Amino acid sequence: MNAEASIPEHPTPITPPRACAVPRTRLTAVPPESIIHHMMNYIADPPGTEPGTAPEPAVQAESLTVARGPRTVLRALDFTVPRGQITGLLGPSGCGKSTLMRSIVGTQAKVTGTLNVLGRPAGHPTLRTRIGYVTQAPSVYDDLTVRQNLDYFAAILDPGRAAATRRHDDVTRAITDVDLTTHADSLAGNLSGGQRSRVSLAVALLGTPELLVLDEPTVGLDPVLRRDLWALFHDIAASRGATLLISSHVMDEAERCHRLLLMREGEILADDTPDALRTATGADTVEAAFLHLVDEAVATARQKETTR
Amino acid sequence: MSTTTTTTTAATTTTAPAPAGALSASRTTATAARVLRQLRHDPRTIALLILIPCLMLVLLRYVFDGSPRTFDSIGASLLGIFPLITMFLVTSIATLRERTSGTLERLLAMPLGKGDLIAGYALAFGFLAIIQSALATGLAVWFLGLDVTGSPWLLLLVALLDALLGTALGLFVSAFAASEFQAVQFMPAVIFPQLLLCGLFTPRSDMHPVLEAISDILPMSYAVDGMNEVLKHTDMTATFVRDALIVAGCALLVLCLGAATLRRRTA
Repeated sequence: MNAEASIPEHPTPITPPRACAVPRTRLTAVPPESIIHHMMNYIADPPGTEPGTAPEPAVQAESLTVARGPRTVLRALDFTVPRGQITGLLGPSGCGKSTLMRSIVGTQAKVTGTLNVLGRPAGHPTLRTRIGYVTQAPSVYDDLTVRQNLDYFAAILDPGRAAATRRHDDVTRAITDVDLTTHADSLAGNLSGGQRSRVSLAVALLGTPELLVLDEPTVGLDPVLRRDLWALFHDIAASRGATLLISSHVMDEAERCHRLLLMREGEILADDTPDALRTATGADTVEAAFLHLVDEAVATARQKETTR
Repeated sequence: MSTTTTTTTAATTTTAPAPAGALSASRTTATAARVLRQLRHDPRTIALLILIPCLMLVLLRYVFDGSPRTFDSIGASLLGIFPLITMFLVTSIATLRERTSGTLERLLAMPLGKGDLIAGYALAFGFLAIIQSALATGLAVWFLGLDVTGSPWLLLLVALLDALLGTALGLFVSAFAASEFQAVQFMPAVIFPQLLLCGLFTPRSDMHPVLEAISDILPMSYAVDGMNEVLKHTDMTATFVRDALIVAGCALLVLCLGAATLRRRTA
């Protein structure tokens, strides 16, 4: 089992998203610095689930297929990612999570089928300022300081001398968001692995993107940081109305998402809320539900094999 | 709920995203500034870049202590060759790092034009090349007694064009290198043949006709020819202008080839 998953992170089970009926203090009224150190009890009702509003999904895929070399990595996927919510993309390593994310961001070659992102075909030039993307390995310049890294990427997103003060504020906010204010002038190469991945995350937060695609953003982070980052993700979804697609292979993080896409070997096993998944499979945790679905998939595959 | 959400989203969407043009001056200069800033955190590389050509010229001057005419011709040629080699090495490693660290993928997922990136690199390393060439040329002409008939400014111009050519070549080959080891090995593969055939060791007209024909299509030959024109003539000759234009044209062509190796979508 993964070492991280065994850390007793929450002594009390987290309240599942929709079950938390008592409205907490409205998050938007709290300055972001203090939110980070809050716990994450405010996943009340995500926008977009309210009755009567049926906004266009952030991501919509139909028979999405991706080939890498001779191998088909994603096989005819159909799914949608609703707006303004956190969708978790879960599955074992090598199941195609990163390829799916790269397809959505528009950096993956050989994508066939339909893939619309924020109402445009994936990879459309106008999407480049509207999506924040964090690759699995931190992609920042090791020989620049944290602030210099962010300054540069901000200048690419929002260029020109006229935008200088706006950029400065944006950079300062992003550094605060990932709690690296005290390290702002350290070289990225001198930071720890977890700190570097937070620099990478801060780059994605620049320019207030409508869609954040985060590839395993919490891998290798300690429990306190992981909790704080998930609090930040929920804050971004709630207060900035952004959509988040977050991949992970740590199943306990699934409980913190509004919706889940469970993947295995290039296919989507389930697309539902954590609650509904647990109920449907009669399992106590999402992890158990996932294992149940995998066993089921293996069994049907075997059955097909024998009847053939 | 809905009210707070809508107001905040309305507030955040007022920051209009800048359009991604083909070539944006501010994105190019931001990239150049970033590349120079990276180098500033690496003072040893800067020192090596600037001091080694000077030291080599001093060495050469005293190697040819007894025959100053030889120093004149080889020294002038080397003033053109040093910037080409150093910029080739620096650029190929720098862009390779950009490719392998994931920052290139991130940049190309952002509204950065490929031309912005390439022009940014060319600008940053071109700036460095000016400093390097100015020091080397100044040292050679005023302290080592390099006897130039023409203007030292023309020497500097050729040196700068050579540096651009080196940057362009480095950028281009970095697409074919999977590691730093491979990138460094491209140096002998791409530079050495040109070095042997450019007329530094023996006049190009004395070579085997096949080699002479090959040297006619290699850009470094024109860089060295151009340097020698400045050495021998007081004013800008037609040959000099032709040589300079060929080197500049080659640099531009290879830069475009380099831009074509940058793909937004990769497997």
